[in-house]
Amino acid sequence: MFIRKTSMLLTVTTTHRPATDLGFLLMKNPARVHEAELPFGRATIFFPEAGEDRCTAALTVEVDPVELVRGKGRGGGIEEQYVTDRPYAASSLLSVAIGRALGTAMSGRSRDRQALADSPLPLAARIDPLPLRGGGEALVRRLFEPLGYAVAAAPVPLDPAHPEWGDSPYAAVTLSGETRLAALLTHLFVLIPVLDDSKHYYVGEDEVAKLLRKGEGWLESHPERELIVRRYLGGFRSLVRAAGAALDERVETEAADEAEAGDSAEEAIEKPIRLNDLRIDKVVETLKALGATSVLDLGCGEGRLLRRLLAERQFGRIVGVEVAPRILAAAGDRLRLERMADLQRKRIALLQGSLVYRDERLMGFDAAAVIEVIEHMEPDRLPAFEAALFGHARPGAIVLTTPNRDYNACFESMAEGAMRHPDHRFEWTRGEFEHWALGVASAHGYEVRFEGIGAADPARGAPTQMGVFTRC
Amino acid sequence: MLIEIPEFALVLLVGASGTGKSTFAARHFLPTETVSSDRARGWVADDETDQAASGDAFDIVHAIVEKRLKGRRLTVVDATNVQPESRKGLIALARKWHALVVAIVFDLPEQLAVERNASRRDRAFGAGPVRRQMQSLKRSLRGFQREGVRYVHLLRTPADVDAVTIARTRLWVDRRDESGPFDIVGDVHGCADELERLLADLGYAVRWDGTEVAVTPPAGRSAIFVGDLVDRGPRSPDVLRIVRHMVEAGTALAVVGNHDDKLKRHLSGRAVKATHGLAETIEQFSGESPAFAREMRDWLDGLVSHYVLDGGRLVVAHAGLKEEMQGRASGAVRSFAMYGETSGEVDEFGLPVRYDWAADYKGKAKVVYGHTPVPEANWVNGTICIDTGCCFGGKLTALRWPEMDLVSVPAARTYYEPIRPLPAPASSGAGGIHLDIADVLGKQAIETRDLGIVTVREENAAAALEVMSRWAVDPRWLIHLPPTMSPAETSRAEGWLERPEEALAYYAGQGVREVVVEEKHMGSRALVLLCRTIEAAVTRFGVAGGERGVVMTRTGRRFFSDPAVEAAALHRVDAAMAAAGLWDELASDWVLWDTEIMPWSLKAQALVERQYAAVGAAAVSGLGALADALARAAARGIAVDGLAGRTGRRLANARAFRDAYNRYVGPFAGIDDLRIAPFHLLASERAVHADKDHVWHMGQAHRLAAADPALLVATAWRGVDLANAEATRDAVAWWEALTGAGGEGVVVKPRAFLARGRRGLLQPAVKCRGREYLRIIYGPDYDVPENLERLRRRGLGQKRSMAIREFALGLEALHRFVERAPLSRVHQCVFGVLAMESEPVDPRL
Repeated sequence: MFIRKTSMLLTVTTTHRPATDLGFLLMKNPARVHEAELPFGRATIFFPEAGEDRCTAALTVEVDPVELVRGKGRGGGIEEQYVTDRPYAASSLLSVAIGRALGTAMSGRSRDRQALADSPLPLAARIDPLPLRGGGEALVRRLFEPLGYAVAAAPVPLDPAHPEWGDSPYAAVTLSGETRLAALLTHLFVLIPVLDDSKHYYVGEDEVAKLLRKGEGWLESHPERELIVRRYLGGFRSLVRAAGAALDERVETEAADEAEAGDSAEEAIEKPIRLNDLRIDKVVETLKALGATSVLDLGCGEGRLLRRLLAERQFGRIVGVEVAPRILAAAGDRLRLERMADLQRKRIALLQGSLVYRDERLMGFDAAAVIEVIEHMEPDRLPAFEAALFGHARPGAIVLTTPNRDYNACFESMAEGAMRHPDHRFEWTRGEFEHWALGVASAHGYEVRFEGIGAADPARGAPTQMGVFTRC
Repeated sequence: MLIEIPEFALVLLVGASGTGKSTFAARHFLPTETVSSDRARGWVADDETDQAASGDAFDIVHAIVEKRLKGRRLTVVDATNVQPESRKGLIALARKWHALVVAIVFDLPEQLAVERNASRRDRAFGAGPVRRQMQSLKRSLRGFQREGVRYVHLLRTPADVDAVTIARTRLWVDRRDESGPFDIVGDVHGCADELERLLADLGYAVRWDGTEVAVTPPAGRSAIFVGDLVDRGPRSPDVLRIVRHMVEAGTALAVVGNHDDKLKRHLSGRAVKATHGLAETIEQFSGESPAFAREMRDWLDGLVSHYVLDGGRLVVAHAGLKEEMQGRASGAVRSFAMYGETSGEVDEFGLPVRYDWAADYKGKAKVVYGHTPVPEANWVNGTICIDTGCCFGGKLTALRWPEMDLVSVPAARTYYEPIRPLPAPASSGAGGIHLDIADVLGKQAIETRDLGIVTVREENAAAALEVMSRWAVDPRWLIHLPPTMSPAETSRAEGWLERPEEALAYYAGQGVREVVVEEKHMGSRALVLLCRTIEAAVTRFGVAGGERGVVMTRTGRRFFSDPAVEAAALHRVDAAMAAAGLWDELASDWVLWDTEIMPWSLKAQALVERQYAAVGAAAVSGLGALADALARAAARGIAVDGLAGRTGRRLANARAFRDAYNRYVGPFAGIDDLRIAPFHLLASERAVHADKDHVWHMGQAHRLAAADPALLVATAWRGVDLANAEATRDAVAWWEALTGAGGEGVVVKPRAFLARGRRGLLQPAVKCRGREYLRIIYGPDYDVPENLERLRRRGLGQKRSMAIREFALGLEALHRFVERAPLSRVHQCVFGVLAMESEPVDPRL
């Protein structure tokens, strides 16, 4: 959103004697200022100090201001657009700058000091500031300490005028150790984008090969190898355009990231019992037992239940309904609708729809599944949901699940009074759910029975509660 | 020979090939009104006589006929139509769309047809088919009425055919040319005393002379009776006398009610059960002459099912009428208009369970009806039941049209005990839970009174559905969303991105003579919708949760996450409304204010911390470290001046950025830290205040603010005469002073709320932001010359086009709500605004 030049600074200091050899290793004369043009701006290298005992090289990147207006994501409207932050891309850019300006040094070659380049030296790298999104200082330690560095991180406060806001997601980080300069530069080259998490820019085609090349000799045995590979490669969406001048931002909304983060948070809480799998098993089993052949999956998300329903021959007509266009598109991709055989394809349809509007298309089904959906709805919209589903669509049966708040105390990682997902508008106790369900059933001519899903606690019940409504 | 045809009908031309139907159709009907089977054969098979193509050709004929009838258009079918089975499908379509069926039968001599065919090269099929068609026709002649054809016109000779003139007549129900003003009277049920009093209250003089009555209406007014004149009450014959007199004198219209119809059948000698109050009427009739009974029977027999009045804006039917039946005629229409629609079930009192058609109503016309007694008449989705149970001891109610005032007189006593108790009062928003996805999803064309048709693109509607479903407040509260606001054109002055000169020049260039310049508060746009009482929330908005209003963001979300803060804010605004005398002056139970709510950090704290403060922290710490390193290098004599200079300037900008956002950060512990700056009094009962200028709006806002200065902020403003150079200079100087002191900027509006220039609607407002405020929006270094140069290339066209369309949609939503349109028609407009907002536009504008 901002026009901004990155303010990132990398310094590399050695106390090897003579320390000025650092200039030879980097192939930069400490008495001069060195500039290198980059596709997106300019890297400058200079030496704040260059003595016998101690020599420091500084690399800074000035990025050409590029107007980056993000694409519209989910329908938050202008307000959300206006207010959504975009993380600094600086760290990936710094990687690119290392590659361009210090490529030879990173490769380990030296015209004048090859022996020195091949030897471990006392080195310290300082990055000012380093974004700590997605992991914090602990992650910096997990990434660099196995490689033999001592890590020191000085967090940057958000705003000195507001100490109550705490620290910013940035820190001045110093890594020190005895290592070859080329190894230090390579580690920084790979791990800075990893710390920046998913906001990665790349130049060139074969990032996988590059990662394998750069990671040779250390990445194979790194305890965080999986995370490094995933994050390094994970965000590949953007391109440095051939024209080279414009840097394009990865088009993905923050909101989507948050939703994913939320989903994984819920999964993390519920993980020990693989609740989601149990839930889907139970729902499919219930729908089968009801004898349904045509089934609605309301709030189908990316289609986990749909996939399971497709696998059951009993269900001849399956319709997934989702309110968010992009999630619906993702469901289509995951189900591989495009490549599905005709016979199979005829059994399933995906629709954009909403649970709070009447919808002719949803009439005439044997059953509807409403799995972990209602808790994402504002309580004052529930009457509209009831009227649309129970009153208008009127499927023969409705299988509805929602978290059992009574059980939350059994989740060790949950704070008291918290909810399992940041988007949950409410979580009901068994009493609250049953009260609601019985009222809805009687108002619309359904009968309802209740079951728990997941291993039940004797006092607090099962983690998920399910109501099975059948039309009288 | 004159043939009268209702202007909405399905006309079947019936006759063998060669009897001149197509020529006849071409002479009397528009080419677009005539659907020809020959032409359809031609379309599907390139040969108008290809009998093998008939099946497909008739599919097309039927499809076109159906679409035309659905659109209430006269449709002529030019096919032989000689066999009952070929007519059956067409008549079924007419029945489905409630069109009268007219047959014009060409029963001409066989020889003539054979000869005509022989003379045409493409009809060389000999005499056989024609003979068979003639025979079928003869067999059909007597069965037309039974098949459902209402009018049959027989033409037996070519001379008959040539002599035909066709006159199109309007349907009996069609009184669109009558616009009243009307006094629409609910179910009288024999309560003549109350009727006389009600008429007197409405200004009608009722004079009896023996059994003769004369009613003189007030000048220009006439009455409409919604039916059920008789039964249950003590003076049914007198009620009939009054109403018949008025109808025959042309001072009233009456539609038929189910009780009127049943009495007519009784008077016709049919066996009907004397229940539900008919026995009382029969008893009263026993004192009347047989001639009176006959007259009344004939008069009742002539009552029509419903009327469409006032240019199509008003429909009166006894039991109400669905949109697709209005202005049409069929047995089904008459039945619905008399009885409503029932599900076939009966309730615990043995009475039929009625389908609540009003809850689903989305029509443009207001429907006024009776039939189902209610304690209070109340609008539901643009419909109102005015049967307030007079005969059951309730009251007799009239609705004045177009004023929409209700006038009633209480029943003198209970004349009849109801079988089931009167239902609870209906509420306006009862339809709120019946919104249909088809009304919002897909491409929508919304008719607005200020901008004509506004189109909402399909993908934008799709994007808005999620917001509306998952985050927006209850749609019954959501009667408006404000438009986006464009900045002024980019300034050409050195070192500036926005200045007020451009905003003033925009309006001056469009011929506006006077603008209003208002201080722009750095807060969050919010709509404050407030009801005077919780009851008003129920009756006017249909929201029964105990809330008396809502504060919402410009995307329709609830503004406050803490309901206690919202309730406290609404309470304070209510008290201010009362203290300022605004409730009484507006004569309204509700009001909608457009406001800015501060502090900005109240809604934007997360944003401030996550985005602005983070950027500031990164920038200051990185640039600070870089500046130190450069200073050390410089101390060593290294030539880093260029970079050091740039770094120093950027560090200063980063600090200025921090200062800029910090100006808008305030603590928020509760209502005492809240500030609300109202600037538009958008609407109240019966009024969308878009017809008042901004001087009026500011005046009302200042009155409100004066009543509770601790909460409400009086926005500083000034009127500027654009022809007065000094006044414009003063306005610019004011802006400079405001923004120089850290203010966000100003908003410039044409004095009129709704202003038009040479090319239609003008921007309702243009903002002009201050230099330091823009640093928050465009980043710390935005005013470095090279950056400013790039930013100048920003385009405003799309933003401005959106602002105008959103403005028109938002106002349309308010008009519809104020006019008591069905919720779905209000919602459609609001949804449209939200959909427009999903259009990708540079959010910094």
